[in-house]
Amino acid sequence: MSASSDVLTGAAEANGGAMGLQKNLEGYVGFANLPNQVYRKSVKRGFEFTLMVVGESGLGKSTLINSLFLTDLYSPEYPGPSQRIKKTVQVEQSKVLIKEGGVHLLLTIVDTPGFGDAVDNSNCWQPVTDHIDSKFEDFLNAESRVNRRLMPDSRVHCCLYFIAPSGHGLKPLDIEFMKRLHEKVNIIPLIAKADTMTPEECQQFKKQIMKEIHEHKIKIYDFPETDDEEEMKMIRRIKDRLPLAVVGSNTIIEVNGKRVRGRQYPWGVAEVENGDHCDFTILRNMLIRTHMQDLKDVTNNVHYENYRSRKLAAVTYNGVDNNNSKNQLTKSPLAQMEEERREHVAKMKKMEQEMEQVFEMKVKEKLQKLKDSEVELQKRHEQMKKNLEAQYKELEEKRRQYEEEKSTWELQQRILEQQKLELSRTMEKGKKKKIF
Amino acid sequence: MAATDVDVFSNEEKRNLSLGGHVGFDSLPDQLVSKSVTQGFCFNILCVGETGIGKSTLMNTLFNTMFENEEASHYQNGVYLRPRTYDLQESNVHLKLTIVDTVGFGDQINKEDSYKPIVDYIDTQFENYLQEELKIKRSLFNYHDTRIHICLYFIAPTGHSLKSLDLVTMKKLDSKVNIIPIIAKADTISKSELHKFKIKIMSELVSNGVQIYQFPTDDEAVSEINSSMNAHLPFAVVGSVEEVKVGNKTVRARQYPWGVVQVENESHCDFVKLREMLIRVNMEDLREQTHARHYELYRRCKLEEMGFKDTDPDSQPFSLQETYEAKRKEFLGDLQRKEEEMRQMFVNKVKETEAELKERERELHEKFEQLKRMHQDEKRKVEEKRKELEDEMNAFNRKKLAVETLSLNQPLKKDKDKKN
Repeated sequence: MSASSDVLTGAAEANGGAMGLQKNLEGYVGFANLPNQVYRKSVKRGFEFTLMVVGESGLGKSTLINSLFLTDLYSPEYPGPSQRIKKTVQVEQSKVLIKEGGVHLLLTIVDTPGFGDAVDNSNCWQPVTDHIDSKFEDFLNAESRVNRRLMPDSRVHCCLYFIAPSGHGLKPLDIEFMKRLHEKVNIIPLIAKADTMTPEECQQFKKQIMKEIHEHKIKIYDFPETDDEEEMKMIRRIKDRLPLAVVGSNTIIEVNGKRVRGRQYPWGVAEVENGDHCDFTILRNMLIRTHMQDLKDVTNNVHYENYRSRKLAAVTYNGVDNNNSKNQLTKSPLAQMEEERREHVAKMKKMEQEMEQVFEMKVKEKLQKLKDSEVELQKRHEQMKKNLEAQYKELEEKRRQYEEEKSTWELQQRILEQQKLELSRTMEKGKKKKIF
Repeated sequence: MAATDVDVFSNEEKRNLSLGGHVGFDSLPDQLVSKSVTQGFCFNILCVGETGIGKSTLMNTLFNTMFENEEASHYQNGVYLRPRTYDLQESNVHLKLTIVDTVGFGDQINKEDSYKPIVDYIDTQFENYLQEELKIKRSLFNYHDTRIHICLYFIAPTGHSLKSLDLVTMKKLDSKVNIIPIIAKADTISKSELHKFKIKIMSELVSNGVQIYQFPTDDEAVSEINSSMNAHLPFAVVGSVEEVKVGNKTVRARQYPWGVVQVENESHCDFVKLREMLIRVNMEDLREQTHARHYELYRRCKLEEMGFKDTDPDSQPFSLQETYEAKRKEFLGDLQRKEEEMRQMFVNKVKETEAELKERERELHEKFEQLKRMHQDEKRKVEEKRKELEDEMNAFNRKKLAVETLSLNQPLKKDKDKKN
């Protein structure tokens, strides 16, 4: 978090839009003491570092480690990887606790006995990548627990890769291994047993190796930029000498009255800590004295984060199409689920609406049909009623007619009867008259 | 920011080895420090206290600078928090200081909810950090940490005891943030009153179970000074940005007719103690406590709320993958179930309505049948009547015919009679 650049551009802060304002302090406040507080706390906590050494057997890895840390990490009781012949590549750890100047360092050395020693070395990097991934996995799980306590950092911070001093170039195994691991761990390639090459041969070899590394786009550990001019000069000097050619030794020899670590030959002594003889001092300074913290930081901020984001992306989208746009990754898996839930709620709402609509429509239809039937029924009923009424009327009419006819006839009959009666009476009268 | 602790070892064998010379890793703390210095530091102070109690003045005095501050009015509707960020530098150390002021605290008639905006603000900062930590692609080392590292609680110098608002607020805050209570405007209390006041306050805090920040005593370098300072809590402070000439020096002080209260004079007030503890000795510890204790507590509660557990029913530890997968399965199952429920509801609705409509149909049909029967009846009746009429007509016709046939014979008889 570089504060000053923010100030000059007047960048707005995330806190309620307040400006980050540069203030000049009159008088001593005291927070310049913060670094000391950090120093004290870090010493109290102690430090951890995990270093991995990889290379074929016999390249001097154990000797180099012993020389680097000036201690018998590998000894007859704890033999180095080349002494532990394995049928297949193993990955083994040794933990040592070393103290210096009040600083405790828990150093873990991971070595790979059997690497590159078989006749068929296909996939011999697999146990190595598996080991590194499993350490990342452990850390990820520890970090993701609900109850997080102390999280020991056992991730591999640096991998020293030993290149055999053939003088020609990298072997296919070297290239393959580095390609597989450069995205998982900080790789520092070293030329082993540098005392088998003359300085010119070494120079040539280094150039060749760096060329091949660039060709294959292998990312070895890169030194961070600093603002300090002096430091940058030193870093540039180191970069010119990559990969570092090293010599290790377990024996101390007297040279010109001085006791030095070195290898005694009939023709002289190759001194380990002599800058003209090999790059050992550069390695030690860089690895331990100046860049150890940065190696840990890069592991934490780059390699581990890569692993984590890949792992979490896989978990979130397992089964689902993994070609998600970049902005999916800016969310946590939980936020992702939240969003999915919201989408689902919206989808359900829509579905509900649709189903409602269809339902309403169907009901309306049915009701309409019923209504129509009812109306039809009513009509028919009316019709039938009318029919019946007509029939009744007809019948009535008929009856009336009949009654009329009947009464007319009956009247006639009565009249006839009357007439007959009168006639018979008249006849009676006539008969009577005749008699007289 | 992984906390490494050498005391917690795995079961692997660790050997203690001695070094045959100077290796050089004793520079590790320096490497760490130089990295932190390059990154810059971040510190967030929350000042809680009534309007006019001297929060802004104290901040100005503490950091020897005039931060911009308008005086707040007493008529705020509620409490709101006003964060301001400043970039400070001292020798080569950059500090991004955020001061959060509580505006309107203690001014309302009803102060029941006064603590809420404060708690919400603190929780929001935790939440933001948690969200960043949970992202798939995250950049924690770049993240501007806004979590509150220290809450300075300003106690009014009544000389008697804590106000109930103070107790309530501090109780709500003590599990979320480091609290250092301070007695403001301490130049209005005499030494003896102050002594009694401090004792009263501390006993009230203890009896109410309020956890204030204790200066750490586990590091030998600072344990002595820290434990002696713990005994002086709460610090009685006086703030001032005005300078007064005392003797041949110019010091920050408050000028009264009866004398000059010097801010940096330890017999006048505890300002120097506060500055020492807060900034020079324990700033890093405050940051650490916030992250390791208060934030972890928040995070744990939040995750448990969301249903995360560390072990499954068989007490086997979950891996992250399993946890997320289980969560996801649960979540998808939940969604599925909701969908099913909705469908089911619809199916039921449809069934109901169908039954209803069928019922109506049946009724209609019945009605129809009824009417049909009625019509049939009527029709029959009509037919009957018709038949009746017909019968009558036939009978009449027969009768008529009979009579007419008879009458035809009769006139012959009459004629016959006439002839005779």
